[in-house]
This record gives sequence, C-alpha cells and structure tokens, in this order.
Amino acid sequence: MAQTLSEQILSHAAGREVRAGDLAVVEVDRAMTIDSIAPELIDVLYEQLHVTQLPHPERCAIFVDHVAPASNLPTAQGQVRARRFAQAQGINAFYDVGRGICHQLMIEEHLVQPGTVAVGSDSHSTTYGAIAAFGTGMGTTDVALAFATGRTWLRVPETVRVDLSGDLAPQVDAKDIVLRLLSLVRADGFTYQAVEFHGATSLSLSSRMTLCSMTTEMGAKAGIVVPDAVTRQHAPVPDWLEVQDGAVYQDVITLDLSDIEPLVACPPRVDSVAPARQLAGVHVDQVYLGTCTNGRLQDLHAAAAILDGRHIAAGVRMIVVPASHAVLQAATEDGTLARLLSAGATIGPPGCGACIGRHMGVLGSGEVCFSTGNRNFAGRMGAPDALIYLGSAQVAAATALRGVITDPRAID
Amino acid sequence: MNRIWLFGDDVDTDQIIPGRYSPYMTSEDALVQYAFIEHRPDFAPKVRPGDVIVAGSNFGCGSSREYAPRALQKCGIAAIIAPSFARIFFRNAINLGIPLFVADLTQQVSDGQAAHLDPADACLTTLDGCIELPRPPAFVQQIQAEGGIVAYYQRYHRFPEEQTPHTW
Repeated sequence: MAQTLSEQILSHAAGREVRAGDLAVVEVDRAMTIDSIAPELIDVLYEQLHVTQLPHPERCAIFVDHVAPASNLPTAQGQVRARRFAQAQGINAFYDVGRGICHQLMIEEHLVQPGTVAVGSDSHSTTYGAIAAFGTGMGTTDVALAFATGRTWLRVPETVRVDLSGDLAPQVDAKDIVLRLLSLVRADGFTYQAVEFHGATSLSLSSRMTLCSMTTEMGAKAGIVVPDAVTRQHAPVPDWLEVQDGAVYQDVITLDLSDIEPLVACPPRVDSVAPARQLAGVHVDQVYLGTCTNGRLQDLHAAAAILDGRHIAAGVRMIVVPASHAVLQAATEDGTLARLLSAGATIGPPGCGACIGRHMGVLGSGEVCFSTGNRNFAGRMGAPDALIYLGSAQVAAATALRGVITDPRAID
Repeated sequence: MNRIWLFGDDVDTDQIIPGRYSPYMTSEDALVQYAFIEHRPDFAPKVRPGDVIVAGSNFGCGSSREYAPRALQKCGIAAIIAPSFARIFFRNAINLGIPLFVADLTQQVSDGQAAHLDPADACLTTLDGCIELPRPPAFVQQIQAEGGIVAYYQRYHRFPEEQTPHTW
C-alpha cells in the first residue's frame, strides 16, 4: 500500500511497515544536542540511566551554539562538561564555539542523510526535512534515551500535503511562503502532523531549510520537501524514497508562490501575519539578520543587494550573525561581509546569537526588533514588553535602511 | 483544597520559563522560582503542591526545553488539563511523569477556584462536584505508572510496545 514520505522513512527505521497512527520504535540515525541542553542530558545519561559507554557515539552530535562563546560562569561550566563528555564518549561530531548553528551544521556537514531519522534537543530539528530526512525536535530525556539506546519511540504522524506552484516574485522569500502558511493554518494547525512540500523544485536548499525550520511553529512533527535534483546535488537519495500514488494525506493545501508578497509576523504571535507594506512606518531599534531559519549565505546576499552602497538609518543597529563558520567564510571571501559592514551593520560570531535573548543582542524594555528568526513570543529576545517582528532577510535589510518596517519592493 | 491556575490558548515555553532563566544560564535549583516569572508573576510565589493548571489549546508550544515542564513539576503541579498540547511539551511531560489530560475545561472552571485532582481517578473535584477527565492512551499510562520514561526504561529495558529488552 502506498505510503507518505514520513511513513516510508519511519517504516525503514522501524524495520516493519508502519502507518499513520501506529506507535513505532525506530532506529535513530543521528541524535544531537546543544550546549544549553547537554549538561542536563549528561546528568540523565550518567545519573539516571547509569550509562557508562554510549553504544553508538558515531550517531551522536553535540553543538555549542546557543550561548557561544560562553557569556557567564554557568554557561562556561556547561560547555566544559559538554567538551569532556564528547571526548570521553568518542563523539567526533562535536562542533565548538564559532562553528555555527546545530541545524545548519547537521546539513552542511552531512551529519544527516535523506531518508533517515534524526532527533535533536531543539525544536527546529524539523529543518532536516529540507534534504528529505525525518527530523524532529524532542526534549532532554528523549534525546538522552536516543543517545543511550540508538532508538526512540514515536507515533507515526498523519501527513498534510502542501502543493506549491508558480515562482516567487522578486524580493519575495521562502520565509514569506511559510508565513503565508502560518497565517492560513495558525500556530497549532499541524500539531502532531507531518508536512510534505510538493512542487518546491524552484527553491534552493537554503530556502527549503527556511520552510522546514518553521513547520515546528505550526506544531508539526516533521516538515519534508519531496526529494529532487536539488536534494541529490547535496546527498544521495535512497531509491525507495519517492512520492507514491495513493498515499493518504489528511489534507492538501495549495499555494501559488506568485501570489505571495513580503510578509511579517507581528508580536507576540508567529501566526499574526500582515503584509510588510501594511506595517510600513513601524519604528524599529534593532534589526537582527541570522538564525537557523534565515542566516545563510543566500540571506546575507539578499540583504547586501538591498543595502549596497547605502547606509542603515540613524538610530538603528543591525546585527548580522552568519549561521555557520562556512557561511561567514564564504561571505567574507565573496565580499558580502564588506558590503554589509559598509552599510553600517555589525557581525557576530556564528551561532544562535540574539534569537534566544540570552547573551547578545538582548532587547531592553519597550524596544522593537525586526528579526529574520522564527519566534516572536513575549520575552523571547529580552524584556517581556520588547516587541519582535519576524520576516525575511529582504524585509530586514529594507527595514534597517529606513529605520521603519519597509516592504523591500519600495526600495529602488 | 488546592486551586486552579487558569491560562489561555497557546501558552508558549517562553511564557512558562524564559530562556534567560534556564538552568544553563542560572542553576537547576533556581528553576522553581522562575515558572511564569514574566507572564504570571504571582504564580511561583503562590503555587502550592497539588495545584492544577487548566489551559486553552496548544499548551506548551515553542521550544523543546524540558525545563519548562520540569519547572512546573518542581512547583508540584498535580496535572495540566488542556484541549490540546504542543507535541514536544506533551512528550516531555509524559517522559517526566507529569499527568496530562486532554480536555477543555476553560469555560467550566475559574482561576483561583478550589479544586483537587487525583490523577489515578482521572477526576477533577471542585465544590460543584467531580469533572471526569478522559484517560490518556495505554502506553502513556504505562509510562506514567512508572513515574516517567527513565524509570520505565530502568525497569523494563525497552520502550513501551517493544518486545525485546535492551541493555548497555
């Protein structure tokens, strides 16, 4: 019987045919954790599960990205523990300060493969669907058990198919596609479900990562792009992984990309979406270009193209944090960084940066930030009454230039 | 009697505990005093073991941070009752052994109302009587009966539904 992509991947990982609704125990090809969770994960492994040696250290990965470099003594101590743990357990996939954001590196460093299952102690682990992997976020205990056993339990999700057609207009981004989707289905629209993106052939790997990253903001367990030539350019795709006629979809949503315009999620909800042009004039104090959602070279290129030869508005600070060391290096070598610096932006070390309001770019009371990140919850980036607007790199650059939220199409 | 803490829809993990107050940034011991520190500042000082959270849909959306449900557990919350839970929060709470009930009581109870809940009875008792709650699926009950997934795994050396034990 025909299966969805999630059912195919989870059947392979379970070693038996599974269907939506089944409870399955699956092999985890890659389990990953991050600096902010590693200390508690190590405690669960050593103190609660009494693990001495991990059975599959080659399937684990640890990233120091959430507070990188360390900002205070507790975070420094936590990172020391993570380093020692990785060394003691022989976890070679250990990425220290400055290497970049976990999700970016999982794909960039080929730590996750098409058709496999990856779990991460970070909700944006849905990103791996960009290369047709079943990636899902879990908590400390779940990921600790995946480290300890190489397996996890899950309920095979129902799938919603999202059919994309047409091409994006200039200055419109994958971020706008996913914000459009959020406005349609809302923040809990895909809870417990998998999303399967069809017709994404015109979208780059970078754009697909943006799409899949944000599926968690709709409650999805996984977001998977149908593998195609773009996927194969990155990594081999197993022969068995393909769209099957007759697969059961719980719902089908169609989106014409040519109908989409630059959009913005307004505080404090990710699904409170309005066209950028309608928000024109909203003052901002800080523009943040970065994160696992939109901190890649493509995003830096898009921003630099808008900022080129101009300067950001007085009274606005623009912080750019590349998603990885490789992104930073490429942006340095191709001159993008120089263009951003000339426009008045500043650069932070690769990592999660200001997105989580812990160690840099923290917002003060009443401040307004335009961010290319994925969450605008109250208090997310600092003071609970600070306001966070979310959008693409294009809208971020146009907004930095004018000092107020600006539709990038309004910039000549 | 304990009391009910009533919340709306889409309570996110940054509301339950902002990332700045994570154990990583501060310390595990301090977790209990940071629950809802900005969203509902009266919660941490006033919450008592056995109190019940009743909330709207999509409770616990956002981050995968397990210290969000752990903070509520450390406050002694007896159960969380909501019409739907965000999936990672749902897993985390099951794994930690926190009783969850999928039911919409937001129109039936009020904030501060006296109530008592015995998870084993699946009944929320108020001065008006008992509100019966739907019991979770069997495998969730199995994990919760052991006090969480770690205790379950330590006892059986396998996940629920798995046949063969596994040891390290």
